[in-house]
Amino acid sequence: MNDIKKNKWVGIILFLWFCSFLPVKAESEKIDVQDIVFSHIQDSYAWHITEWNGKEIEIPLPIIVKSKEQGWDFFLSHHLHHGNSYHNYYIAADGKYAGKLVEKNSHGEEVRPIDLSLTKNVCGLFFACGALLFIVLRTAHWYEKHPNQVPKGFIGVVETTVSYIQDNVIKASIGEKYYSSYSSYLLTVFFFILINNLFGIIPIFPGGANVTGNIAITLVLAACTFIAINLFAPKAYWKEIFWPNTPIYLKLPIPIMPFVEFVGIFTKPIALMIRLFANIMAGHSIILALTCLVFITASMGIIISTGMTLVSVIFCVFMNCMELLVACLQAYIFTMLSASFIGQSKSQH
Amino acid sequence: MSLFTPDSGLLFWMIVSFGIVFAILSKYGFPIIVKAIEQRKAYIDNSLEAARQANEQLANIQAEGARILAEAKERQNKILKEAFAEKEQILEEARQKATAETRLQIEEATRRIQEEKEKAIREVRSEITDLSIAIAEKIIKEKIGRDKEQQQIMNRLLDEVSFCKS
Repeated sequence: MNDIKKNKWVGIILFLWFCSFLPVKAESEKIDVQDIVFSHIQDSYAWHITEWNGKEIEIPLPIIVKSKEQGWDFFLSHHLHHGNSYHNYYIAADGKYAGKLVEKNSHGEEVRPIDLSLTKNVCGLFFACGALLFIVLRTAHWYEKHPNQVPKGFIGVVETTVSYIQDNVIKASIGEKYYSSYSSYLLTVFFFILINNLFGIIPIFPGGANVTGNIAITLVLAACTFIAINLFAPKAYWKEIFWPNTPIYLKLPIPIMPFVEFVGIFTKPIALMIRLFANIMAGHSIILALTCLVFITASMGIIISTGMTLVSVIFCVFMNCMELLVACLQAYIFTMLSASFIGQSKSQH
Repeated sequence: MSLFTPDSGLLFWMIVSFGIVFAILSKYGFPIIVKAIEQRKAYIDNSLEAARQANEQLANIQAEGARILAEAKERQNKILKEAFAEKEQILEEARQKATAETRLQIEEATRRIQEEKEKAIREVRSEITDLSIAIAEKIIKEKIGRDKEQQQIMNRLLDEVSFCKS
């Protein structure tokens, strides 16, 4: 017992000593925190892993583009490295399309082609989808093989989560009558967001892509929820929007309440979209900024940099735990709010 | 800011992949899991109900068993009591019979003894009579002849003697 304690202290001291060397190496470069943070939370055409001896190690990703002049084109991203141009395609350094793939057309203008590249986020999305399919289909397969049995281990965890969402979120919010037709969608949304969030927290390949912190992803999810709310809504729901149960002077001659209600249709899914996007993006930014603290303080002398390194590591651990909670919480909130919006649309009388 | 403008490529791939994932999972994934969980729930409920009924039946059977046992014990007691009473009765009867037999035997013996005695007396009397006659004959022969009057007197005397004895 005493030995373990002693070893622990020795370990911590060694770690601190090691940490004090880390910043020294980075001292030579000027750190642009904003650039680091933004480049990590935004999409990129290659999957950057690390830099080793001045050489960048990254996984080249396929680029699929269609331009008006050249038609379809397919190549790997390492051709565009360091602002290189390939088939007149290059990554814009600044301007309107900064960071995006652009084409220099025959008139010398910078135009944006139709860009279906498998970027870092797309690949991260694919990995997460693959993992999600694997987990859920394996669980379903287990149930087919073992009828009337109670699963243990990982499948047990999946079952607990599914039953919790099913009973406490979907059934509770939508009601016994209609819940079954939405349960698959809401469960898919929950697990999709959860697994993408969790993959985002893992700092190394194949995790680390800021998928759910990207507005395109949350936009699609919110649009699906928008469709689920409005497309299958009963007549009473639309009546409540265009002719709400309010005093007549609020409806005629100026339709104030109908207008407010109509805007409400869109604000609900937009709120969902922004909430998920902002939470995950902010989480990623904070962790990245705290990590950058190590390198910023490197030039401030050994004592300050060691102290700040320690603080940064402690905060990073704390924030990562926080992000783990947020990952589950945001998936839960998105599902719960979607379910309750659907439930509201169903129970307009 | 580019953070807030959705990228068309990512949008496209997101729609494709989310659509595929949703299609697969809503067909082969979640409905199967949910159904399996519900089936198992129903199965467990049924099993519990069956177990409860079995328990009830068992309790009933136990009560029945106890009742039968009690009945059997009662019957056994009754039979034992009856047997005991019968035994007593038989013993009593045997005793009575024995007593009656004994009495009869005693009576018979007494009667026989009486008879034997009388017979013996009769025999002895006739013997004595004969003897006496013979004696008397001898005496009379010697002293006087055989006389009817004397014989009568002697007989009378003999009677007196024998009756006094008995």
